[in-house]
Amino acid sequence: MIAFVIRRLLLGLVTVWLISVLSFAIIQLPPGDFVSAYIAQQAASGSPVSAEAADAMRQEYGLGRPFYVQYGKWLGRILHGNLGESMEWRRPVSEVIGDRIWLTLLLSFAALVITWGLALPIGIYSAVRQYSWGDYLFTLVGFIGIAVPNFLLALIVMYFAFRLFGASVGGLFSSEMMLAPWGWPKFWDLMKHLPLPAIILALGGTAQLIRIMRANLLDELRRPYVVTARAKGLSETKVILKYPVRAALNPFASNIAYLFPYLVSGSIIISIVLGLPTVGPLLVKALVAQDMFLAGAIVLLLGVMTVIGTFISDLVLMWVEPRLRHQMD
Amino acid sequence: MAEPILKVRNLQTRFFGTEGIVRAVDGVDFDVFEGRTLGVVGESGCGKSVTARSILRIVDRPGRVVGGEVWLKRAGGGPAVDIAKFTEAQMRDIRGPEIALVFQEPMASFSQHYTIGNQIVEGIRLHMGLDAPAARKRAIELLDMVGVPQPARRVDDYPFQLSGGLRQRVMIAMALACDPRILIADEPTTALDVTTQAQILDLLRSLQAERGLAIILITHDMGVIAEMAHDVSVMYLGRAVESGPVAEMFARPQHPYTRALLRSIPTVMAKPRTRLPTIAGSIPHPFNRPAGCAYNPRCAEIMGEICGQAEPPQVDTPQGHVRCFLHGGAP
Repeated sequence: MIAFVIRRLLLGLVTVWLISVLSFAIIQLPPGDFVSAYIAQQAASGSPVSAEAADAMRQEYGLGRPFYVQYGKWLGRILHGNLGESMEWRRPVSEVIGDRIWLTLLLSFAALVITWGLALPIGIYSAVRQYSWGDYLFTLVGFIGIAVPNFLLALIVMYFAFRLFGASVGGLFSSEMMLAPWGWPKFWDLMKHLPLPAIILALGGTAQLIRIMRANLLDELRRPYVVTARAKGLSETKVILKYPVRAALNPFASNIAYLFPYLVSGSIIISIVLGLPTVGPLLVKALVAQDMFLAGAIVLLLGVMTVIGTFISDLVLMWVEPRLRHQMD
Repeated sequence: MAEPILKVRNLQTRFFGTEGIVRAVDGVDFDVFEGRTLGVVGESGCGKSVTARSILRIVDRPGRVVGGEVWLKRAGGGPAVDIAKFTEAQMRDIRGPEIALVFQEPMASFSQHYTIGNQIVEGIRLHMGLDAPAARKRAIELLDMVGVPQPARRVDDYPFQLSGGLRQRVMIAMALACDPRILIADEPTTALDVTTQAQILDLLRSLQAERGLAIILITHDMGVIAEMAHDVSVMYLGRAVESGPVAEMFARPQHPYTRALLRSIPTVMAKPRTRLPTIAGSIPHPFNRPAGCAYNPRCAEIMGEICGQAEPPQVDTPQGHVRCFLHGGAP
């Protein structure tokens, strides 16, 4: 099993490396080199770059040399924590991304917790009480949840929040806290703003997971081992929670991996609609403005996190599925 | 003869499907005695397994026990009680400590997500009130008793790590976990090869001798019946058509169905290259239950119109009971 984990880690590293090549390729995509673009931009804004400074920059990025040399220099800088300069913001990329990556992670995690917290009990209920009124209700709500794009939901929620409560629903911070330094008041402010976007973000995935959980559990409920458990004299609740639910949990584990990228990419439009300071809108802006170091860095970060997510999900799957664990040995 | 430990009377279980109601068990009667084995035999789909589950009231939806009495003499002594009238909570105290089940598919009947120890211990802790270490110790003893080698190590194995024969032994250990007095074995050897089958049957027999277990052995295999059972009940379409002591039944079968079943067993005495007699037709679809005696469309000894008109009542014969107009009971 340890051998498997190590092999899995090494494969993850290879994947991360491939992602880095891809990210750099994206940085290289726009016509012309980015130093020229940078100089032109600086000149346009009235602070021209001197010829020496331009040459120094070309030297530093290895422009005019082959792709792999440029890539090597870029990778070397990244390994030292230098993600490059954002041309749009005229600040280091790491500074621009800064808190946003953590806020994105926090939002995704909150959405994930809500997805599970809702999908698990509702899925169990819908399967155990199949074709009951409650099941039909959740099925209806679930299909609406799948069918309605969540940015539309965000708009509707914002509208009603504004009309009914006079509250402006947007952002992860209230305006006075936006620029405040981190501390308990700001954290508390974040906690107050987090639930709504997290719920909106979670709904689509929740509806899907309810359907999956219901279908899986319906399969498992008819298995002979459930009858065995009943024949032991266990209470029905214990029987269902210990045996078929456990067996139906696999998709929850494998969902960790694909939910994360889904939440990040799915959150772009919601983030724009709700004005959330996450990575999504930043990526869109960077791509529109051809701010390639910023775009490349975000793609790289998202890729790395997806790889980590997959790795974690594999570990969780091995934990919930003993057959898998023993096949590894 | 002593009073039966379990007396089933007119047990009825129906499945309320969307296309109609299926009478899976339609008035089954039988008696089970301490230290003896009752063989329940019949073709697939005749309601054997549902009968077993109906006794414990663990029939899957949309099935439901709709009538009948199940008189059990409880462990503490006293007169027999009708557990068919028990509440669900009361029934949970019957399942395991009084009546236990051994299932057909040892692989599918275990959860693959827990160790066998975990699955054995759970009943022990629930019914016997032992703490975790004591329950585990008992689980290891049980595994040893049913002949699982290295039980202290095996107790932490998962079911998929065991062979089919071992799994069935573990299943029996699990059923015996709370010292039941009645063991219902639902085709316990069907999924096993012949050698393992013989070992499992031997095990059941020796456990019966040691503990005075009453066993209800459900099977479609007349060979298993001949080897194991003291009494036999032959089922056809949810009814016991004939019952009695095993030797009598094999020597002088009363019901045409029993006779046909016995004729269709291959014997070593048969002439080579002759065809094995079979029963004409096949089991009717449960929705098209024939009127009158359910066996009449396939019966080789049909008496005439009466068989298709009235249901034969149970008639006492010197050998046991039978439901066939050949033996009287005609209106």
